[in-house]
Amino acid sequence: MSEPLSRRKFLTRSGLIGCSLAASPLMTPISFAAAPWDTRLVVIILRGGLDGLDAVQPYGDPAYAALRGKTLAGGPRSGALDLDGYFALHPGMASLMPMWTAGELGFVHAVSTPYRDKRSHFDGQDLLEAGTDRLGDGVRDGWLNRMLQSVPGVQADTAYAIGRGDMQLLKGTAPVANWSPEADLSLSPQAERLMDLLMQDDPEMHAALAEAQLLSDGGSGGMVMADDGGEMMMAQMQKAGKGATHRKIARFAAKRLRKDARVAAFSLNGWDTHQAQERNLTRALERLSETLVTLKDTLTGPIWKKTAVVVMTEFGRTARENGTGGTDHGTGGLMITAGGAVRGGRVIGDWPGLESGALYEDRDLMPTRDVRAHAAWIMRGLIGLDKTLLERDIFPGLDLGADPRLLL
Amino acid sequence: MAGFDPEFADIRFGCGLSPVVGRSSSIDGILDGLSAPDDMAAQFPIEGFDQFRDRMKAVAVQRRILRDNRGSDIGNAARKQRNVLNRVARTDKGKWLGQTLLRRSYTPHGFFERLAFFWGDHFTARGKQGLVRRATSPFIEDAVRPNLSGRFADMLKAAVMHPIMLMYLDQFRSVGPNSAFAIKKAGKAGMNENLAREVLELHTLGVDGPYTQTDVTQLAELFTGMTFHINNGFKFRKDMVEPGAETVLGKTYADTMNRAPVLNVLEDLALHPATARHIAWKLAVHFVADTPDPALIDHMTQAYVKTDGTLLAVYAAMLEHPAAWQRDVMNVKLPIDFISSACRALAIPAQTVQTMDENDMKNAILTPMAMMGQNWQQALGPDGWPEEDSEWITPQGLSGRVRWAMAAPQILQPQLPDPRDFVTDALGSLAPQPVHFAASAAESRTEAIGLVLASPAFQRR
Repeated sequence: MSEPLSRRKFLTRSGLIGCSLAASPLMTPISFAAAPWDTRLVVIILRGGLDGLDAVQPYGDPAYAALRGKTLAGGPRSGALDLDGYFALHPGMASLMPMWTAGELGFVHAVSTPYRDKRSHFDGQDLLEAGTDRLGDGVRDGWLNRMLQSVPGVQADTAYAIGRGDMQLLKGTAPVANWSPEADLSLSPQAERLMDLLMQDDPEMHAALAEAQLLSDGGSGGMVMADDGGEMMMAQMQKAGKGATHRKIARFAAKRLRKDARVAAFSLNGWDTHQAQERNLTRALERLSETLVTLKDTLTGPIWKKTAVVVMTEFGRTARENGTGGTDHGTGGLMITAGGAVRGGRVIGDWPGLESGALYEDRDLMPTRDVRAHAAWIMRGLIGLDKTLLERDIFPGLDLGADPRLLL
Repeated sequence: MAGFDPEFADIRFGCGLSPVVGRSSSIDGILDGLSAPDDMAAQFPIEGFDQFRDRMKAVAVQRRILRDNRGSDIGNAARKQRNVLNRVARTDKGKWLGQTLLRRSYTPHGFFERLAFFWGDHFTARGKQGLVRRATSPFIEDAVRPNLSGRFADMLKAAVMHPIMLMYLDQFRSVGPNSAFAIKKAGKAGMNENLAREVLELHTLGVDGPYTQTDVTQLAELFTGMTFHINNGFKFRKDMVEPGAETVLGKTYADTMNRAPVLNVLEDLALHPATARHIAWKLAVHFVADTPDPALIDHMTQAYVKTDGTLLAVYAAMLEHPAAWQRDVMNVKLPIDFISSACRALAIPAQTVQTMDENDMKNAILTPMAMMGQNWQQALGPDGWPEEDSEWITPQGLSGRVRWAMAAPQILQPQLPDPRDFVTDALGSLAPQPVHFAASAAESRTEAIGLVLASPAFQRR
C-alpha cells in the first residue's frame, strides 16, 4: 500500500523550502522597484466548496426547482435578484448588484478543476492551487507562482500572499511577499542584531525573519524598544485581534496594489454548508461581497479599472439539497470575476442542464469546462502571456480552448 | 544515530524542559507515564461534557422563557441571563486554555499532554454556534484523555460518537431518507454525508485509502440514528435509521436498529491496514519530522497491525526506533507548543494564570497565538492544524512568535529569571553557544528572555 502522501505534504517536504529560500530577500538583492506591468490581478480562494448553484441560481432550468425544493428554494420569487432571466443572484450578494449593473461583476458556471470523485476538500484545494491535471506528479509549486516565474522583472513586492493561512498557489521559486495586516515587527537595533546572530544557522527562519523585518511598516530598527517595549508590543498585538479579518485583508491587499504590487492572493473560509445552508451561505456570501466592495473602494477608480479579481473554489456541491438543509461535496462549480478590467454583467459557461441524465454521477452539476482555462485567459489578457506558456508551464496539460472573452 | 537522551526526549516528545520538574529517565519511563493516574487533570481540572451539558440546559431554559415572554421584563431578564451564561462559557474556554498551559508546565509526563493535543487535533471537533462553540476542551477530556494509550478503535468510537463530533460534522440531524422520522416529516428531514466522509478520509483510512463515493454514501446511511439530546447526551434514535443493511468496503452490516452496526463498522475501520499506516505516518510526522524515515513508519505500522491497534505499542515502536531520535531535521513547534514550552521553562505561577480574566487571557495568549497562525481550537477544517514546518515559519507567523517572546514572559512570570540561567532552564545542555551569548549581551532582561525563546534552538524540537 502506498504511503498516504498528498501533494500538500509532498510539496512542502521535497525541496520547496530550498526554492523559497533562493527567492527570499536574503538570497536575492532586495528591491521594491517599479513593477513590470501595470494591471492588477487578485485571486481569492473560497475554501470549503462554494455551492455555485445557490450563489448564482439557475431558476430558468426546469429541473432546478425540484432539486432545491426544501429549504433552498431559489429564484427571484424567493428573494434572489434576477440577473438575466435565467440565473438569479443569492440575496447574500445583493450589495454587489451595482457592480453587476456596471459590468464589473461576472460569473462562469459549471466549471471545475480536473479533480474528480473523492471529493476531499484538502486534495481538491491542493489541485486547484497546483494547477495541474492530477496530484503527485512532481509539480512542486503553485500556478500563480509559475506565472510569476515566467515573466521578467518580478520583485520582492510584486506579489503578496496575504493572511495567516496557507496559499499554496503562490508557493515556488518566484519571490512572493507573505504577510498579514498588523504583523509588524519592531525590535531594538541591539535585539535585531542578536536575533540575526541566533538565526544564522537556521536558513528558513532567518529568511522568514528577514522578510518580516522588510515588510514591517517603516522598516526595521525605526523604533527603539525601551523597558516598556514589551507592553507596547503587546498593545499592538491586541489591536490586531479586533475587527473583521476579511475587510482588513482586502484593505491591505488594495493598499499594496496601489503601490508596486501587481498580484495578491488570499482565501476566505466558511463555504462547507452541509447543514443550515440558508443561514451559513448568506453569511459567507456577505463576507465575500464586503471583500469585493472593500477592494474596489480602496483601490480607487483608476486602479480598479485595471484590476481583475478571480474567485475560485475547490469544487461545487451536490445538485440536490441534502436532508439537513444543506448540500454535500460535489463537482461542477462557479467562478466569479470582478473588477474594472473584466467584461462583466454576464453569466457564461456551457450550461449542462440539471435534468437527471445531465448530472455528474447523478448527483453533481456536470463540469463543462476547466476552471483553469478561465484563469489562464484572464492572465493572458491582463499580462499578455503566451498561449504555449500557459498550456505548458503554468497549467501543464491544459487545453486553453476558445477565448471566453472575460476581459474588456 | 543518536538514541534516548533525557533533555532531547522531553523537548521532542514532551512539553519541554522545566527548572522545577525532573527529566524523563528512559523510554520505559515515558511510556509508563501514559498509564499513570491523570494527576494533571485532577490538579488543573477542565470539565467534561456532562458538566458542560448543564450549561446547555441552563441556556435552553432561558431561551424558552425568552421565547414565551418576548418584549416583557421577564423576557428581557431571560435574555440577559442567557447572555451571561454564554459569556461565562467563553471566559471558561480561556480558563481551560490556562489549565492546559499549566498541565503542560508542571506535568512529569509531557508525552501524555502532547498526545492529548495530537488526538484532539486528529479528531478536530467543536460546536458551530452558540454555547457549544466552547465545548472542545470538554470533548477532549471525555473522548481523548481516557483513551489515548488504549486501542485506537475505542478512541475512534468515543470521538466519532461524541455529541460534539456529531454536531460538528452535522451527523446529529442526518436522518435516513426512508426512516420513520423522514416519512413523518414528509421530506423535511434527510441525510448528509459529512461525518461519514471525514471518518474515512481523516479519522481512519486516509484520503488515499481504498474507499469510493459509494462507501461514503453507505456509511452515511449506516450512521443514521446517531444523534444527541441535551438531557442525556449521545442518543440512538431508531426512527432516524435508514432501513436495510449497508455495505462498506465490501462488508455488509445488517440493520439491527441499534448502535451495534456503528460500533462494528468503526471497529473494522480501526483495524484496517490502511488505517494502521495512516495513523503510524501521522504520529511520526507530528513527533519526528515532516518527512519521517519510511522504516520508522513501517515499524510503527507493524506494531499497530500486530496489536490490533493498541496505541501504547505503536508509541513504543516509535520511541524504540533510532529514526525517532534523528536530529538532522527538526520540526518546528506549533504555536501552542511554543507558548506552553515557554511557560514550562518560565515555571509560570499557577496563580498568575488562574487569576487572569478573559481580556488578560486574550491579550497574553489567544490573540498572539492567532498571530502565530493558530487560532486556538478553531482550526479551519476537520483536518485540524497543518504539520508542515513551512506553514508555521512564515514572516507573519514568526513575527508573532518574536513579539510574544519579547512581551509575554513578564506578564506570565512576574519574577523573571536571570537570562543566563534561563538559557539552561529552557534548553539544558542543548543550548547552542550563540543563545548563551545573546542572553548575556541583550540590553534588558525582557529582551534577553525573548531572544532565548525566539531562538531556533527553542522553536524547534
